[in-house]
Amino acid sequence: MSQPIDAAPAVPSHLEVSDEVAIEISGMNKWYGQFHVLRDIDLTVYRGERIVICGPSGSGKSTLIRCINALEEHQAGKITVDGTLLSSDLKNIDKIRSEVGMCFQHFNLFPHLTILENCTLAPIWVRKTPKREAEATAMHFLEKVKIPDQANKYPGQLSGGQQQRVAIARSLCMKPKIMLFDEPTSALDPEMIKEVLDTMIELAEDGMTMLCVTHEMGFARQVANRVIFMDAGQIVEQNEPEPFFNNPKSERTKLFLSQILGH
Amino acid sequence: MSQGDHSVAFVRHDPLPPQAPPVSQAGVIGWLRTNLFSSIGNSIMTLITLYVIYALLAAIVPWIANGVWDASSIRECREQLQGVNAACWAVIEERWPQLVFGNYPPEHYGRAVLAFVLLFVALAPVLYFGLPRKMLWFTGLYPFLAYWLIWGGTLWIPIMALVGVVVGFVVFRLLEEKSFFGAMVAALAAALAFWIVLTAPLAEALAGVLPLALTPVASREIGGFMINFILGTSGIALSLPLGIMLALGRQSTLPIIKMICVIFIEFVRGVPLITLLFVASVMLAYFLPPGTNFDLMLRVIIMVTLFAAAYMAEAIRGGLAALPKGQYEAGDSLGLDYWQKMRLIVLPQALKISIPSIVNIAIGLFKDTTLVSIISMFDVIGMIRGPILSSTEWFGVYWELLGFAGVLFFVFCYGISQYSQWLERKLATDHR
Repeated sequence: MSQPIDAAPAVPSHLEVSDEVAIEISGMNKWYGQFHVLRDIDLTVYRGERIVICGPSGSGKSTLIRCINALEEHQAGKITVDGTLLSSDLKNIDKIRSEVGMCFQHFNLFPHLTILENCTLAPIWVRKTPKREAEATAMHFLEKVKIPDQANKYPGQLSGGQQQRVAIARSLCMKPKIMLFDEPTSALDPEMIKEVLDTMIELAEDGMTMLCVTHEMGFARQVANRVIFMDAGQIVEQNEPEPFFNNPKSERTKLFLSQILGH
Repeated sequence: MSQGDHSVAFVRHDPLPPQAPPVSQAGVIGWLRTNLFSSIGNSIMTLITLYVIYALLAAIVPWIANGVWDASSIRECREQLQGVNAACWAVIEERWPQLVFGNYPPEHYGRAVLAFVLLFVALAPVLYFGLPRKMLWFTGLYPFLAYWLIWGGTLWIPIMALVGVVVGFVVFRLLEEKSFFGAMVAALAAALAFWIVLTAPLAEALAGVLPLALTPVASREIGGFMINFILGTSGIALSLPLGIMLALGRQSTLPIIKMICVIFIEFVRGVPLITLLFVASVMLAYFLPPGTNFDLMLRVIIMVTLFAAAYMAEAIRGGLAALPKGQYEAGDSLGLDYWQKMRLIVLPQALKISIPSIVNIAIGLFKDTTLVSIISMFDVIGMIRGPILSSTEWFGVYWELLGFAGVLFFVFCYGISQYSQWLERKLATDHR
């Protein structure tokens, strides 16, 4: 883990959370066939929040954030993203997806396109941005993630950490209001985790609303304003990072934390 | 770089310089040793193989090289050879026009040759991405131009056919915002309606004002390798887009579209091409209203296209299946709609994966065009088996003629294969 947990500061006070609701999930349930993956999820995310979702594998944390941009379909309950109720209407889904950026565990860059083309594709085709403007925006964000010099290479020529930073830049080029991170550092070598986390921290400081599924507890302590622990498809415990780590209430949370922080 | 006595501590201060590999790995002798004579068994195999190659060449090369080029019949050939066993190439020289053009009117050979040469101009921007994109305009116009050059008649027919395409395109652009798929169906319907209802009368009226006509040539006059080439190129060019649509349709979440595509693919794959060709040549006439004159060449092109499209669809489906799910999800998460996702992300990668199978099918299709000789179309094989071999002058000159046809096909198929390998190398961007 790149951030020493003990040295992590408390929630930075300059990161304000507004009263405006970004995502509202109520009574959401999802099944895979007979298997009940998500059970009665209620969650309200305010604009500017940085939420870290953790939990053992199979607890439904990835499925939860994938429901928010409709990569997974939920069968019961309501999800409202940025004021738009998520329905099965394709136009509605595409609209929500263009407002919500997502980074994947395996980056999922487009291998047949250069880094720059990866970043300009969606702005050009979805937002109908002129090519020149889209490229300027892309270069701006590539500079922000500190790899403008790789713009004309292909994803296969970059290291894992660089690829994940490109994936973040690619999402940012759509100027999303919310960013979802699905285990962004799990597929990376230890040396590269820090560069990706630094990028995410910077993003948080810019006031981005973020939901991160991650096991980087140092990141959670330093950046998150709320940590959610999920198990067996339910939200078991949520709290501010300080009390969450120092004084977990649920037995299940205690066990989980002792296991991942044990060494 | 010294190591302290028996201590485990070690620090390298100077990196080791690279060194040349051992000499035994390089040079001609080294190569021969490792590849041809590495053991007694291998040495014996090498010698046997060399002898077999020698024996084959010793038999074939003189037969080819001592061949007669100047004669007007097989008898003259034999007289000149005086018992030497060698080829009678004169048949190819004498029957060249028949082999290549069939009964195409000799005074119009120039038109056919021009259409052939322009094909490469039209293909160039499709095959080599480095060329100016504006050349694609010519590629779009080429089918209409080639039709006019080969079949002749008034230029207004292909122009009206082209206008039909433009009508379809305009309809598509008007409806595209609403739904890509709906717009495509509407565009297709509009184009078809234009072709069926308006093309003939409009072309006739305009031809009355300004003829712009070439001497018409009937389909049955076209023959020889020209038929193979027309069928092959139009079959490949038409079956690829149709195959892509079928492959996407087979993956569709809409059950009706999926079912139509699956039934079509499975049916066509389950039927031999020659059956479809017989249907085209004989049976279709029973189903069409009496008096309709539906050109045999067109019927065969349709059948060959449908046949190849079913195989193309399966090849492309393999490419689609090989693509990681993450690529679809990344496209989705950026808000691309279905068609954008397919066109920009999925198909470029899936097609690249499918290149070897697509080329395989294209080559197979090109060679299968010789099957039309069975439904009495005089393609290059039909020409050889019919008019040439049954003529009194060239009775029994099998090897030379069929060898020539073989070489002709080999040149084109090998060219396609080499191009596809070049393309694969060029498109390899993901794993270097």
